[in-house]
Amino acid sequence: MSFVDIKNVRKSFANVEVLKGVTINVEKGEIVTIIGRSGSGKSTLLRCINGLESIDDGEIRINGEVVHDKATDLRRLREKVGIVFQQFNLFPHMTVEQNITLAPTLTKRVAKGEAARKLAHEVLSRVGLEQKIDAYPEQLSGGQQQRVAIARCLAMGPELMLFDEVTSALDPELVGEVLKVMEDLARQGMTMILVTHEMNFARNVASKIVFMHAGKVHEQGAPAALFANPATPELRNFISSTH
Amino acid sequence: MTLNFNQLWRYQDDFLHGIQMTLTLTLIATVAGMLIGLLGALLSNNRLPAVRLLIRSYVEVIRNTPALIQIFLIFFVLPYAGLRLPPFEAAAVALSIYMGAYSVEIFRSGLASIPRSQIEAGQCLGLTRFQVFRHVILLPALRNIYPSLTSQIILILLGSSLASQVSAEELFHTAAFVESRTYRSFEVYAVVCAIYFVMVLSLRLIFAGAERIAFRWPTRR
Repeated sequence: MSFVDIKNVRKSFANVEVLKGVTINVEKGEIVTIIGRSGSGKSTLLRCINGLESIDDGEIRINGEVVHDKATDLRRLREKVGIVFQQFNLFPHMTVEQNITLAPTLTKRVAKGEAARKLAHEVLSRVGLEQKIDAYPEQLSGGQQQRVAIARCLAMGPELMLFDEVTSALDPELVGEVLKVMEDLARQGMTMILVTHEMNFARNVASKIVFMHAGKVHEQGAPAALFANPATPELRNFISSTH
Repeated sequence: MTLNFNQLWRYQDDFLHGIQMTLTLTLIATVAGMLIGLLGALLSNNRLPAVRLLIRSYVEVIRNTPALIQIFLIFFVLPYAGLRLPPFEAAAVALSIYMGAYSVEIFRSGLASIPRSQIEAGQCLGLTRFQVFRHVILLPALRNIYPSLTSQIILILLGSSLASQVSAEELFHTAAFVESRTYRSFEVYAVVCAIYFVMVLSLRLIFAGAERIAFRWPTRR
């Protein structure tokens, strides 16, 4: 069984079926990029993976554990599955350090005080922002905020990271610094599922590309092959429209 | 007309007692009212329609009737149901219920002012519902409602003068008492008015100071 096993997932909002039977497998260490037009269900799928959204049918397993099973301890599962959002969602009333150490100290992964600060420092160094440890989110640029959000995720020691259009809210000149952090993570072997409109990033970093269309996986495969020889007119159109 | 404030000096202790009682009444109503308000706000999107209806009815009944009548009900009518409260206690209960109804609305707007995405971010970090409330929602929500909450507390302080109508011994009651002894109506009410003014002004200064200490994080402006 794969590390992340998404099988035949269906999901409707009111009368609109957003996911119409989605099946994707992600192996440990893989970087899977989900692309597609807005409204194709990419973000919804990502939110289903860590249980932010319920599903109507099918099954999602992470490391064998069924996400939407009532018996599953979602909180414990989420400590292993980090998610980074488009809008960063940092806590405005906390410093960078507090943002990072809140969950690890509450969930008792680390002790408060010296150990927590050390952890904050360590994850901040991975995103190149050690010097901002005492700043408030509002004092940072969008790109810096997003890197802190990634660091906050890393502090939980996740085995899987989800990225939901993390560069879409950024000014163009700030996109690069965030993508670089993600590339570093990929190189260090982090398992990642990301929804993105950054086609170059998808092409260069992903181990697998999933093209979603109308609530289904329309095409998937290795980036080189997929971009070079799109099998369906929908993907061909999508690729040409992003250039 | 000649003004004569000298006669009032003898009643210093009565005034001090009145001030103390007014502040106590305000403190009780504020603390109890805020607890009611927080609880009511948390329950106001409860799954059970009966619970929501109960909260809604409470808020609407209290907010749409005179506080004075509420005090009268507690003091004069409750004894028929077997619950006889002394004046001060009756006023404290009535003002708490009154403050509670407004607080429900204030806290509700505070909770609603926190974006859903903040709550999700907390959940995604593996926090419990209580931890999300305590660490993610509470402080930013308090900051958002701080102006309306503190105004409401000041209204309670001023409104506590209604308690004199059931002869609870607060400041306004003292005023009526001293006036009946001295017949210096203007002087008495001028002094009492000044005392209320100073109390409220001090309270506003304290609130402003507390705000600066409690909510230090920068916001987008």
